[in-house]
Amino acid sequence: MSTTVLEPKAKAKPKGGKPADLKSGLWTKEINVRNFIQNNYEPYHGDESFLAGPTKRTLGIWKKLTDLFVEERKKGVLDVSQVPSSITAHDAGYIDKKNEVIVGLQTDAPLKRAIMPNGGLKMVTNGLEAFGFKPDPQVVDTFTKYRKTHNSGVFDAYTQDVRRCRSSHVLTGLPDAYGRGRIIGDYRRVALYGVDRLIKRKQEEKDALDLQWSTDAIIRDREELSEQLRALDELKEMAAKYGFDISGPATTAKEAVQWLYFGYLAGVKEQNGAAMSLGRVSTFLDIYFERDLKAGLLTEEQAQEIIDDFVIKLRIVRFLRTPEYDDLFAGDPTWVTESIAGMGDDGRPLVTKTSFRFLQTLYNLGPAPEPNLTIWYSPQLPGGFRRFSAKVAIDTSSIQFENDEIMRQSWGDDGAIACCVSPMQLGKQMQFFGARANLAKALLYAINGGRDEVSGKQIAPATEPVQGDYLDFDDVLDRFDKTMDWLAGVYVTAMNVIHYMHDKYAYERVEMALHDYAPLRTMAFGIAGMSVVADSLSAIKYAKVKVKRDETGLITDYETEGEFPLFGNNDNRVDHMASWLVSTFMSKLRKYPTYRNALHTQSVLTITSNVVYGKATGNTPDGRRKGEPFAPGANPMHGRDSRGIQASAASVAKIPYRDAQDGISLTTTLVPAGLGNREEDRITNLTSILDRFFGVTGFHMNINVLNRETLIDAMDNPDKYPSLTIRVSGYAVNFVRLTREQQMDVINRTFHGE
Amino acid sequence: MRVHLGEDVPDTDVRAALKTGDLGFLHSFTTGSAVDGPGIRLVAWTTACMFRCQYCHNPDTWTLRNGIPVTLDQAIGEVQKYANGLIAMHGGFTLSGGEPLMQDRFATRLFAAVKRMGVHTAIETNGFYADRVTDDELRDIDLVILDMKALTPDQHQRVTGLRNEEVIKFCGRLAMLKRPMWLRYVLVPGLTDDPDEMAAVADFGASLGVVERAEILPFHQMGRYKWERLGIEYKLAQTNSPTNEGIEKAISIFRSAGLDAA
Repeated sequence: MSTTVLEPKAKAKPKGGKPADLKSGLWTKEINVRNFIQNNYEPYHGDESFLAGPTKRTLGIWKKLTDLFVEERKKGVLDVSQVPSSITAHDAGYIDKKNEVIVGLQTDAPLKRAIMPNGGLKMVTNGLEAFGFKPDPQVVDTFTKYRKTHNSGVFDAYTQDVRRCRSSHVLTGLPDAYGRGRIIGDYRRVALYGVDRLIKRKQEEKDALDLQWSTDAIIRDREELSEQLRALDELKEMAAKYGFDISGPATTAKEAVQWLYFGYLAGVKEQNGAAMSLGRVSTFLDIYFERDLKAGLLTEEQAQEIIDDFVIKLRIVRFLRTPEYDDLFAGDPTWVTESIAGMGDDGRPLVTKTSFRFLQTLYNLGPAPEPNLTIWYSPQLPGGFRRFSAKVAIDTSSIQFENDEIMRQSWGDDGAIACCVSPMQLGKQMQFFGARANLAKALLYAINGGRDEVSGKQIAPATEPVQGDYLDFDDVLDRFDKTMDWLAGVYVTAMNVIHYMHDKYAYERVEMALHDYAPLRTMAFGIAGMSVVADSLSAIKYAKVKVKRDETGLITDYETEGEFPLFGNNDNRVDHMASWLVSTFMSKLRKYPTYRNALHTQSVLTITSNVVYGKATGNTPDGRRKGEPFAPGANPMHGRDSRGIQASAASVAKIPYRDAQDGISLTTTLVPAGLGNREEDRITNLTSILDRFFGVTGFHMNINVLNRETLIDAMDNPDKYPSLTIRVSGYAVNFVRLTREQQMDVINRTFHGE
Repeated sequence: MRVHLGEDVPDTDVRAALKTGDLGFLHSFTTGSAVDGPGIRLVAWTTACMFRCQYCHNPDTWTLRNGIPVTLDQAIGEVQKYANGLIAMHGGFTLSGGEPLMQDRFATRLFAAVKRMGVHTAIETNGFYADRVTDDELRDIDLVILDMKALTPDQHQRVTGLRNEEVIKFCGRLAMLKRPMWLRYVLVPGLTDDPDEMAAVADFGASLGVVERAEILPFHQMGRYKWERLGIEYKLAQTNSPTNEGIEKAISIFRSAGLDAA
């Protein structure tokens, strides 16, 4: 892996001309970042040879932080601030004031985590105590007596059904105890327009509502817009603490990055959403970089240095979490997802030199899970970029790829990924995040007349359980259909309550200020255990599944005789069952009305909750044993895909995106030798695999290129591998920060090419 | 490891299969290999081999009946499923094994069908039964990956149990017909690492004029358990994998002969 340290080549003195004027367009008359990009950006068709290594300054800052990371890992949390966080709560903070190129920290010191009690007080106190801090009594007082939280509101309105489903783990990970995230402010607007222009527009939007009749919805909208306006003022105040006046537009590349980052920073001061994604900034920023480079105001080394410093800031975003949260989302993820490249609607690629510069940070600073670099991949992209992104995947196992062709069809060419796999239009859309439902357990409920197979408790409405000794396919399907009907209703109920209360008690003011009024809202449901269900249904249909009951009549185990096709081998007999499951559950969800008429979507994505869900689920008919993890996302179960990567990917590519518009996650692990014996071949072959997968209906691929032995070694000797980064379902993580259980889950996965 | 999967097939059917190629015996297949020819490839491994190489890492492929019986139509159908992808990925189909030419009718008919799909074809062979394939049938194989165990006949017999005149003849024929070749050489410390022998193999390969690549395959012990389970005497049980220096030395010998070696 190359980490070339370069000094700037022969100190080329910038010529210092004046940057060219920006080309005007619709964007000069209205808030329209896409139009700005389309009129001003320059596609880059070349390769990575222009890129620069890190400067001494960059390495110095990074070294300071690396030392702090070691301390942080020992303690769990380096430090906390008990000033309840807001956009303006903290004074300016620096890593190394004299040497930072881009400034701004969430609190007044690097890695110092803020508390955000609006989401829930218990979460704050549990988080503080878990890491050895004593909660400030005044904070506790305030958020108990004077300020209600999202978490309290949610539990005031949850139904008994929802509570039962939560405690039995058929619904888990709901954002009722942590920030929902999945909102991406269009931070580019801060750089392009300056805050005053944005305030002006927001005021217009609000004033227009005076003409509307005051229904509940309009009253709420007016209040939200007022909060947004306040937040924009606070944004300026925050920047002023760092000595910047961001009321007007950015004029240079460095200003563009700084202004944009201030917008994002305000977001992560105000909210601790699970996913606080960045958007699609690289091509936008490149416009400013190209201007400055052409005018001789910047060298390539300086341009890269600005990006390196920006990325350093993104890598040190931190939130205070509870241990339960860490089980679901291991390794401190923040999902600062940056969407890179993609094709434009007019056929020009949106690849620019800054697309390359962001990837270069993985060499200049070493591999890392954040920012979550996500390539919007199309076989139409220029070859130089496609090959470089494949090379980066092989060298770092830190990036992911998604199907630009599919996403562009639904969301246009200015979309961005929130979190892992969930696309939306920037500045015009937001997602109501909803974690996932455990459909494997739901299948077991169907078989057991609504009783939980682990606790024996009645969770779903009581029906007659399966009679007789053998499972009958048609009978099981009929029961399962009804169980899914019921579960979908409870799920939508939970989500409606959660998002009602989140809007009420923990509204994302500054993020929403950077959206048009009124955004499209999608309600992002999810499913876990897809391949367990597919294989179980296959066993029931193609083999003979005998049930075993305990003394109360509860079916707790299965004995399968005969062969049956397994998901992940490109066999339609079982692959179509997986697709059927996704489409069917989606149709059930759509029956139930949503809060704010949000559009129902769902994802097949689990993060590390595949381990948590597996622990809570009993024996399944496919042969999976009680407590064993599910496969992550839409992956085939570990080891069951035995026909190689094409077959495995083909099975997943059959899942219809139209019924999983919040994304379909596939994590692929290849051994390096499995891609070829020569480095050039490996890059060519991986590029071919990507071209093929994304040239048909494959949606997403997390790519790991490593040897199983490396992971085993890292598990036993973590100090040897501090920055070993791998992709798990939907994100990347420092391998050594996973729990042993999670590490074993990764090690047990299929390694193609072994 | 796979054994006895074709045990139930009656002898008469086996003889008919070998005569017509309507049925083949396969150990396994994979859809995503990057190490069996150019690009990403569908690779099927046949069973039955006439050699008994001391270093073989799949001795379960030596016996025809260890493989699963698969009809020619089934095999063609499976390749067809992946044809578009293989073309899109600049890959193709490779038939390996075992020694594919021990089921020469199945192999040649399969290659013909795959060519008709527009997919690139390759064979991994030791060349010993090349006489069973006509020149026309050879033209349905876009690339011959020839695993050359040795050049000198005595050394060849020591490694494989058989002499190599047929293999040399086959190479000459490929050169004359200008059929593209890749050359493979398995590097085993103490058995095949004599520099003079390697130079002889390399020079011979280069002299053919059609060898596009040479691959040095370092010996490994991943197949040792199979010898133990099959109860066959494994002379190389204590042999180590070659060192990096040893591999580099072998590669440079092949490069010195003028071959593109890695």
